[in-house]
Amino acid sequence: MQGYNFAYLDETTKRMIRRAILKAVAIPGHQVPFASREMPLPYGWGTGGIQLTASLIGADDVLKVIDQGADDTTNAISIRSFFARTAGVRTTTHTDAATLIQTRHRIPEIPLRDDQIIVYQVPMPEPLYRLEPSRAVSRRMHAMADYGPMHVKLYEDITRFGRVAVSYDHPVVVNRRYLMSPSPIPAFDNPKLHRMPALQLFGAGREKRIYAVPPHTDVVSLDFEDRPFNPIRAPHRCALCGAEHSYLDEMVIDDRGGRMFACSDTDYCASYQAREA
Amino acid sequence: MAYVAVKGGEAAIAAAHAWLARVRRGDTRLSAIAAAQIVAQLGRAVDRVMAEGALYDPQLAAMAILQAQGDLIEAAFLVRAYRTTLPRLIDSDPVDTAAMRTQRRISAIFKDLPGGQRLGPTTDYTHRLLEFDISAVAAIKPDAPKADPDPAIAATLPRATDLLGAESLIEGEVPSLNEPIDLTMSPLAFPASRDERLQALARGDEGFLLALGYSTQRGYGHTHPFVGELRMGAVGLRITPPELGFAIDIGDIILTECQMVNQFAGSKTTPPQFTRGYGLSFGHADRRAMSMALVDRAMRAEELGEDVSAPAQNVEFVLSHCDNIEATGFVEHLKLPHHVDFQSELETIRAMRREAQATKGAAPDEADNAGL
Repeated sequence: MQGYNFAYLDETTKRMIRRAILKAVAIPGHQVPFASREMPLPYGWGTGGIQLTASLIGADDVLKVIDQGADDTTNAISIRSFFARTAGVRTTTHTDAATLIQTRHRIPEIPLRDDQIIVYQVPMPEPLYRLEPSRAVSRRMHAMADYGPMHVKLYEDITRFGRVAVSYDHPVVVNRRYLMSPSPIPAFDNPKLHRMPALQLFGAGREKRIYAVPPHTDVVSLDFEDRPFNPIRAPHRCALCGAEHSYLDEMVIDDRGGRMFACSDTDYCASYQAREA
Repeated sequence: MAYVAVKGGEAAIAAAHAWLARVRRGDTRLSAIAAAQIVAQLGRAVDRVMAEGALYDPQLAAMAILQAQGDLIEAAFLVRAYRTTLPRLIDSDPVDTAAMRTQRRISAIFKDLPGGQRLGPTTDYTHRLLEFDISAVAAIKPDAPKADPDPAIAATLPRATDLLGAESLIEGEVPSLNEPIDLTMSPLAFPASRDERLQALARGDEGFLLALGYSTQRGYGHTHPFVGELRMGAVGLRITPPELGFAIDIGDIILTECQMVNQFAGSKTTPPQFTRGYGLSFGHADRRAMSMALVDRAMRAEELGEDVSAPAQNVEFVLSHCDNIEATGFVEHLKLPHHVDFQSELETIRAMRREAQATKGAAPDEADNAGL
């Protein structure tokens, strides 16, 4: 695009971001501060993920962008068109055809490979922020691995509600050291983080943090021995493709309580339908 | 150039106003802006002034924006100072936002819902790249969607929160039987009821509400918010004159309504339910309605048995400081002459320093350089 560098960011900025990525990969789950830039999309709409993607993408890459698991959601369309416009790269909706996947709130249903990178958009990189709003204090807690308050919070949920009441953004421990926010993915997706062959990068633009889970790294969802991590999904089959184990969206189809459930991962749903046909 | 000359105050004010009038008009080789142009082309500014000025009148708001040189708080102030002189003839009936003729209606909690998702005239998915070629901005495609919604969408749309309500997943909204408090007729009192709070927030400063709402998202009074629904469009305004005994329609106003769905309250004995935050604003004002809903929910912390520790949860703090007309007046009043008070401060500090020096012995370097 005239007047702008390849993929919008200037090369010096990209190098700064890549250095932050390298540090993040070297210390799995640790939040690395970086000099986040103003982007032409608003904060909270994926500016961290976009900066990661912009610093990683090359002319040969094939980009997939999803939001809520779907390629056709408005923000996914907007970000995909942003890179098509500023980098001129090929884009795809097929998970297996992508080299780079930027996502908000989901991990694709099919397992990712070691030649792929997944970039998560992160609103709140600090997993402790609801317990300790001061970032100066929570940083010290990370340094000391002082994660007791998070266990206490989960315990309090069990005493109050009879179960852990965290249904998304369920905190994880990475490489047996750092407590990490997996971004607001449903707890259903948490097991996919564990020993994933693909490099997982997390970008928070407004909060100016990057963190990473390198390939094949242990990622354990926080739980108790007698209350093991137990994510839930809507107990239905996808109404479109019949899949039984995918994560489902609930759609309201009338004002008399009518509901329909369908795969949130639209690419998975379409390929499942094609296979069954 | 003293601003309080012994006798020149009147002349100084006249000169300042003449200068202001010249500056406001600007370069006379350029044509003056008409209020109608502001209504047509600076709609978001007009909406903000109507909300904070607490008067629905786009033409007056536009005139105020012109007179205030685009200073929107000053413009809201002009509108407030005018509205307060208007006779209060009658209260309108409560508006029914379910019957809104929606230009925009989105729900973040369902992928799809009856009536569908409708973006409307939003900047949400624009790329913020400056349009250097102004002629391209000016050229409107003839096939661009009109503001008029198609008939299907004009029909009553169920609120997304009502869909949750059918399953009792969200707390019920019980209609209040009492006459709501009118903030313009009776002063704010604490503890403030929800109707009082919502009125204060509805005319509160957008920046203040935004910052407070944002602070709740960052952990200072977290409420786990989801946008249950955001809708914008025209709502009919009705009054029921006592001599007629039935409602008559007196026109339409554009409103933006935000129904925030927040994470549940409940215990082992009472089943958990989602809770609500509510925002309503004149005009097309997503940011304002959403911020209001976040702050409304945060201020319900005590009622819902949550810890009250963050600024946004402190009802007295929020309501006492959200009005930008009050705030700007008091902050800016520091420009007024205060020399009588200051003179007494001068005398006091000199006396204190003399006493301190007398007891401790002189501290010559500081005392000599203090300039008092």
